[in-house]
Amino acid sequence: MSGSVLEVTDLKTHLDTARGELRAVDGVDIELRKGECFALVGESGSGKSMAALSIMRLLPETGRIAGGRVLLDGNDLMALPEAAMRAVRGRRVAMIFQEPATALNPVLTVGRQIAEVIERHTALAGDAVRKRTLELLDAVGIPDAVRRCEEYPFQLSGGLKQRVMIAAALAAEPEVLIADEPTTALDVTIQAQILDLLAKLQAERAMAILLITHDMGIVARMAQRVAVMYAGEIVEVAGRDAFFGAPQHPYAQKLFQALPSPEKRGAELSVIAGQVPPLTGTFDGCRFVERCDFAYLRCRREAPELIAIPGDRAAQRLVRCHLREQGLAPAPQGAPAAAQEQGRLLALNSAPVLAELENLGVHFPIRKGLFKRTVGQVKAVDGVSLAIRPGRTLALVGESGCGKTTAGKALLRLIPATAGRVAFAGRDLAALTRRQLREGRGAMQIIFQDPYASLDPRMRIADVLAEGMISLGIGRDAKDRMYRMAELLEQVGLPLEALSRYPHEFSGGQRQRIAIARALAVEPKLIVCDEPTSALDVSVQAQILNLLKSLQDRLGLAYLFITHNISIVEYLAHEVAVMYLGRIVERGTVEEVLGSPQHPYTEALLSAVPAVDGRRSIIRLAGELPSPANPPAGCHFHPRCPKAMPECRAAYPEAVQLGGSRSVSCVLYRASKAASSS
Amino acid sequence: MPVVLVTDVLVWLLVAAAAGYAIYCRRHAHLAGPWGRVFRSPAAMASLVVLGAYVALGLLDSLHFRPALAQKADAPSAYASEVLSVLDLGLAQLRGRGEKTYSAPLATRSYAKELIEQPDGRQLRDFPRLRFGGAQLHDEADWAADVAQRALGGLAVSVLLSFVVLLGTKILKKKRPDIPWQAAGISLGALLLLAGPAVALSSVYHVLGTDKVGQDVFYLALKSVRTSLVIGTVTTLVLLPVGIALGTMAGYFKGWIDDVIQYIYTTLNSIPGVLLIAAAVLMMQVYIDLHPETFPTAVQRADLRLLFLCVILGLTSWTGLARLLRGETLKLSQLEYIQAAHAFGVRDTRILARHILPNVSHIVIIAMVMDFSGLVLAEAVLSYVGVGVDPSTNSFGTMINAARLEMSREPVVWWALATAFTFMFALVLAANLFADAVRDGFDPRVRM
Repeated sequence: MSGSVLEVTDLKTHLDTARGELRAVDGVDIELRKGECFALVGESGSGKSMAALSIMRLLPETGRIAGGRVLLDGNDLMALPEAAMRAVRGRRVAMIFQEPATALNPVLTVGRQIAEVIERHTALAGDAVRKRTLELLDAVGIPDAVRRCEEYPFQLSGGLKQRVMIAAALAAEPEVLIADEPTTALDVTIQAQILDLLAKLQAERAMAILLITHDMGIVARMAQRVAVMYAGEIVEVAGRDAFFGAPQHPYAQKLFQALPSPEKRGAELSVIAGQVPPLTGTFDGCRFVERCDFAYLRCRREAPELIAIPGDRAAQRLVRCHLREQGLAPAPQGAPAAAQEQGRLLALNSAPVLAELENLGVHFPIRKGLFKRTVGQVKAVDGVSLAIRPGRTLALVGESGCGKTTAGKALLRLIPATAGRVAFAGRDLAALTRRQLREGRGAMQIIFQDPYASLDPRMRIADVLAEGMISLGIGRDAKDRMYRMAELLEQVGLPLEALSRYPHEFSGGQRQRIAIARALAVEPKLIVCDEPTSALDVSVQAQILNLLKSLQDRLGLAYLFITHNISIVEYLAHEVAVMYLGRIVERGTVEEVLGSPQHPYTEALLSAVPAVDGRRSIIRLAGELPSPANPPAGCHFHPRCPKAMPECRAAYPEAVQLGGSRSVSCVLYRASKAASSS
Repeated sequence: MPVVLVTDVLVWLLVAAAAGYAIYCRRHAHLAGPWGRVFRSPAAMASLVVLGAYVALGLLDSLHFRPALAQKADAPSAYASEVLSVLDLGLAQLRGRGEKTYSAPLATRSYAKELIEQPDGRQLRDFPRLRFGGAQLHDEADWAADVAQRALGGLAVSVLLSFVVLLGTKILKKKRPDIPWQAAGISLGALLLLAGPAVALSSVYHVLGTDKVGQDVFYLALKSVRTSLVIGTVTTLVLLPVGIALGTMAGYFKGWIDDVIQYIYTTLNSIPGVLLIAAAVLMMQVYIDLHPETFPTAVQRADLRLLFLCVILGLTSWTGLARLLRGETLKLSQLEYIQAAHAFGVRDTRILARHILPNVSHIVIIAMVMDFSGLVLAEAVLSYVGVGVDPSTNSFGTMINAARLEMSREPVVWWALATAFTFMFALVLAANLFADAVRDGFDPRVRM
């Protein structure tokens, strides 16, 4: 087709693994048009990154391209010798990676790294290179480019590093930019900045972007066209609006249903049963057949082709499904069940407080010099007050580095608090002896973010589960504990034979279930969930959220849910506390805080989250999270706040009660409160 | 009468521990996996055969006794003051056939001229015939034919045996096709091809010559193997508990415990190792000399010095392992499963034993096999300097030490040094190859 810059046909990439040849990419066609942003979406292991690396011919050593063509303006990249390919990389097709921290060389200045690309691919030399470097740094929105140019990567924050990466990628004005999860390692407010930048550059330079992501929100915000990948194949291609309006492939539909959202509150999230099939084997039928609700006999026998949907104008939509081929209507999207928990909620509101943080502070000393004198404090948590009631979920949200995890661990006394009071079930934890504390450990448990690091790889699951029970003296004897372990596994939905296996035999989602079972083993009343789903795919995330929810309903558990994912908060939490730089800026019920945010930071945070449906107007935050070692004077947020006033600089604003359960720490409301009370 | 030397006890304890560890590994998937990878490496299997030969020699040499003296029937049994080992029994021929002084490999005549009284009464200054080497030859002109004949005879036997070995590998291949039996078979075959002629010739010749006092060099080399193995393994026995305990404690408890342990090992590291060892060994020597009554035999005295050398080496070389383990433990103690254990109120000692120790065990294994060859070489250096094993103990170091002065002699006496070098080289090379395979098998970063 005219206007296409990059045309990938029948691309096949194979990886050599211990278990045989893995067909990571198995016949992928992509057509990237001039100046468009084309999103490749899929869960981990779907082969989307491998497809991108294959286009660049930058595969890992074990990988090889088994077939297919990649036409860049009519020239086949696969047929080029390596020397000619090097001239294409960076010059005509550039790539930015997920982790800016490892993509830059730590011993070269930023300017040098960009200049390297310019010198390699253009005729510029000497001062012209430097001028161009500064232009590029300016173009990607790096303030004070002259100074930054001479700095080393470690002196830049994550967002700035990613901007430098983009500048280096743009240095030779490529026609195609491949962005492999460019914002996954960044916070939402920074993510919003980077996405804005990419969109602006794309418009200015008529550059085509191949955006690889797993986040539907980013797709909705950035892409003109979307392709969904599953198990090495593209299962659906569509324009953005058509795709988000009515996804056609059952897998794409399922992905949407698995996303948590406020409408689904109280209802179970739809999950995709099973796992992605191993790509080492061959397939007779559709690759999604084992997990599909609509599968019928033909799906098992015959692999579907990627076909245009009949009747769709201009054949813009392609889908790989037998159902669609026969012109069957798309299956109805699961209607969200009505929220039916209001009554129960009200009853719980008056329940006694289970755990209470009062002015909690966790300060880490900064030591310097020969005698390690304390020269300052990192105030990771600086005066946080929270109350958690039984059977309810309090979500603690904020960007990375705001101290939310530290607060959670200080509540469990995994990190000693340096100030304030932690009370659990009416008892002050600081007053307990070591022995009493150890005995009381069972009542509070924690689930971690990374299911791969949270289970000891050298212990069988039975030992993992028994550890806490033995330590806390739960269960009379081994037989009793065995009985309890069987019960636990049933609760988290794992088979009994899991007991004698090792963690590495389980998938990420299953490991997280084991971690939950381990926490439940000691009969806790409160569980601190530290981003328990952020390392998981959407479909697995839905399973874990469902599990947590049903456990709360059955056992009356209280959760302190630490997360940066607002949609999970909307789905799961009852109350929210928003944290910024060690302090809580706004607190209240989910409806109050997320429905009508009052603090400027909450507003900005919520608006920065890319939404699947519709678009919120984004409040752009300048700059990044300051260091907690040296917080700004007055309100910590004022340097970035769009509504800052002179008095914000004077002192940290006190928390102001607004309505029933909401409190906000902002100067804006002190005035209104004063006005209303007078 | 059996004699139990301290190092014998330790050696056999180590054998028992290794067997126990092997059984433990078979039952635990996370240990069986890496070892499986080790045994699937051809280099590891080949070097394992060589190491096995050395270990067999060393173990045979670790069963000591004092032979009964021939007595009249009614007299109480009496024992020789000399302590022998089972290996010595097998090598009785080699041991007993001492010459006067140097003789070249396979020679029939001594290396030094002597006054010989001829049958007719005249005196002649010439190279005398050896007492044992080639003594069966009436005419020395037959020497070449005799050597060739015996060598071929030995070779024929070993070819036959190699053939059996190859047949054996075929059968094993069918049972466990994933293990490279061929590599093991080939290296065993090569060993046999070398050993066959050597054994055949050694019955009447000195295959590798004799040393200054006429001892068979081949015998000395075989006897030195045990010393090397003891140094290489018993030392780790001393090194491991210290290194593991201090390393993991420093990494886990941090704070002042970490500071103290770090100061200890930085201090220890800044003292020249040889100086420290020399001082300790000389002190030990003084003690031995002042208390001769404690040691019934010379072998026991020499054995104590060997053991003491192991202890000293162990106490000065744990720092490397401790440093590695400290780093790994620092990393591990931040991991979430350790924090989960804290959240359960699990005690520190239990966390160290149940979580930290199993997760650093791969580093311990790698360090152990890598250290082995270093220690074998260290012994040679120390003995050369004169602060190593007792001069009466056979070791590669003492062999080299004895041979070094003869290097400047014309014509040069090369065989003692060459033998020590070859034997030690084969041992260290095999150990290094095996260590590489172990590291590849255990190191998670190497795993593809």
